[in-house]
Amino acid sequence: MYRYDEFDSRFVAERVEQFRHQIARRLSGALTEDQFKPLRLMNGLYLQLHAYMLRVAIPYGTLAGRQLRKLAHIARKYDKGFGHFTTRTNIQFNWIKLVDVPDILAELAEVEMHCIQTSGNCIRNVTADHFAGAADDEIEDPRPLAEIIRQWSSLHPEFVFLARKFKIAVGASPHDRAALQYHDLAVEIVRDADGRVGYKVLAGGGMGRTPTIAQVMREFVEREDILSYLEAVLRVYNQDSRRDNLHKQRIKILVNAIGIEEMRARVAREFDEIKRAGSLQLPPEELARIAAYFAPPAFETLADDMPVGEIDFENWKKSNIHRHRTPGNAIATISLKAIGQIPGDASADQMEGLADLMDAFDLEEIRVSHEQNLVLPHVRQKDLPAIFARLKALDLATPNAGLISDIIACPGLDYCDLANARSIPVAQAIARRFADLERQHDIGELKLKISGCINACGHHHAGHIGILGVDKKGVEYYQLLLGGSGAEDAAIGQIMGPGFGAHEIADAVERVVNLYLKERTAGERFLDTYRRVGMEPFKYIAYQEQMNAAYNG
Amino acid sequence: MPLITVDGFRDDAFARLADDAPLPNGPVLVSLSRFRAERHALTARNAALGVMLKSEESPERLGDDVHRFSLIALEFPKFRDGRAFSWARMLRTRFQFRGEIRAVGDFLVDQIAYQRRVGFDAWEVAEDFALEDLHRAFSEIRNVYQPSADRRMTIRQLRAAL
Repeated sequence: MYRYDEFDSRFVAERVEQFRHQIARRLSGALTEDQFKPLRLMNGLYLQLHAYMLRVAIPYGTLAGRQLRKLAHIARKYDKGFGHFTTRTNIQFNWIKLVDVPDILAELAEVEMHCIQTSGNCIRNVTADHFAGAADDEIEDPRPLAEIIRQWSSLHPEFVFLARKFKIAVGASPHDRAALQYHDLAVEIVRDADGRVGYKVLAGGGMGRTPTIAQVMREFVEREDILSYLEAVLRVYNQDSRRDNLHKQRIKILVNAIGIEEMRARVAREFDEIKRAGSLQLPPEELARIAAYFAPPAFETLADDMPVGEIDFENWKKSNIHRHRTPGNAIATISLKAIGQIPGDASADQMEGLADLMDAFDLEEIRVSHEQNLVLPHVRQKDLPAIFARLKALDLATPNAGLISDIIACPGLDYCDLANARSIPVAQAIARRFADLERQHDIGELKLKISGCINACGHHHAGHIGILGVDKKGVEYYQLLLGGSGAEDAAIGQIMGPGFGAHEIADAVERVVNLYLKERTAGERFLDTYRRVGMEPFKYIAYQEQMNAAYNG
Repeated sequence: MPLITVDGFRDDAFARLADDAPLPNGPVLVSLSRFRAERHALTARNAALGVMLKSEESPERLGDDVHRFSLIALEFPKFRDGRAFSWARMLRTRFQFRGEIRAVGDFLVDQIAYQRRVGFDAWEVAEDFALEDLHRAFSEIRNVYQPSADRRMTIRQLRAAL
């Protein structure tokens, strides 16, 4: 794992004191709320419906045990005893007092954590594949580059007052687990025809009210050029993006307006100049120095020998255990989607219990996934039964990773002042409806994602089944979208038609899923069947109840 | 309005000229449109010349005239509009502009350190501006991760020098 040196530590400590002073000015009235807002947002502090919310950065989703322990402590001391893991692999605390924030930041700094740029119109916390360093299909660990991007983007003087937020992700596998194509800017680590490793750069993806799949900016950027290239993209965006309409200020709008060819040309011009100046070139020694922090643990030489156990353990293995690059090891997903729970929530006791588990099994790190789960990336197969037993005791052994009840949901109207509708109760109702595990396994891979408003924090556009909460004259309605994907076959879900009432949406989802079970051919996932048969049959069945009601008066 | 530089308060030698005001003697600061309309008269004078660019006006619009100016003022219509950060950077690096780059308009003391990094060296501030705020802004974060127009040593360079 990356460790702060004296420069990183001082940087974060000074940032804490800077924000302490800004808060004091706000409390004294020297700063208006309007002036304070961008400053607090750049320190991860939102004003929500009921209280301040503090969003803590978890760069590329990687946490050490001592960091998880600190998050548990903060949840207990400053919040109501739980935290919420988000789709940007951060953690949010929903019940924070403004006066406590400097002390919380100081406590985070003790374990090399911060809230820098987790919100606001700046470069946000950089994300990466949550199986990084463990996946058997990756070219190399994407996190060293993500850490280099984190440092480059931290208080970048030119890019802290962008037109809108700016999200960057890094991946390194043909199988995309980081939703690269839905990012403002994404780097995919690739090999060229000669086998050399470099970077494919995508730009202009995004969700929100104008969902867009990213386009390729450049197929191959040399390793040493990557920061120069990213800086060039950011400069063109900062200079040329609209500033007159909040909803048209993301980079996707700029790329669509001027076209990808023109965007490439503008970026190429800046890139040539930045590269020539030379100060952003990335020497191989620097990349190697950072990469050394992410060296994998020394794996024992083990044979593949997956333990066999009781039915509960076998069910958990079926969905939550993934292939590791080294024989005798495994990747384990810890679902934060127990049936009926709030997706992504973890209690202080659970976080502490996990930190204890990590100590007991000598696990250096744990990951947060953009699907709002946790991941133990390097587990010995022979330890799995004992780990499973401990997870079960913590109520963290839900065997549903990748299944229909593994739902992504935003906080929705229960917390968020942007939301139009509640998300959490809908997620809970659908999870309960499909609680039967045998049925879930029969349905197979199905990504269901729920947002409580058009801003799409719950990634509904990228769901195989997406649900969007809308407000119609004070009543919550839920639109159904089908066919989205955030993986390497990225696609934007299609809206089926008029929304369903809060009491109807779980029924509609169930009818859609049942039709899939009837129509699928061997080996087809829900998404595959949808792509083959199209929207019409699903639409017909989904609105059946409404039609019956209309006919029967 | 008072003017500050890294060294503290300084008198403003430039008269800011409305587009329809008569041309006085001495240094003046004019809009881009006035400069374009009266380019010949303005550049023929024997006095320092300044131009003020709105946030949507790229310094590239000045073309080769950029080096005729002793002062380029970049306007912040509201503090959230960060385009001028890139304009200043462009002036210093692409055009090697050596004159004064002045921040005018709606910006916060919390932005001054960033502005200095990308090339600003003068700020038009409110009457009650406290110099200690300037000193705090420049000292509260000592080291930086990115190279910029100020050519400060980056943390990467400092690490290598250890």
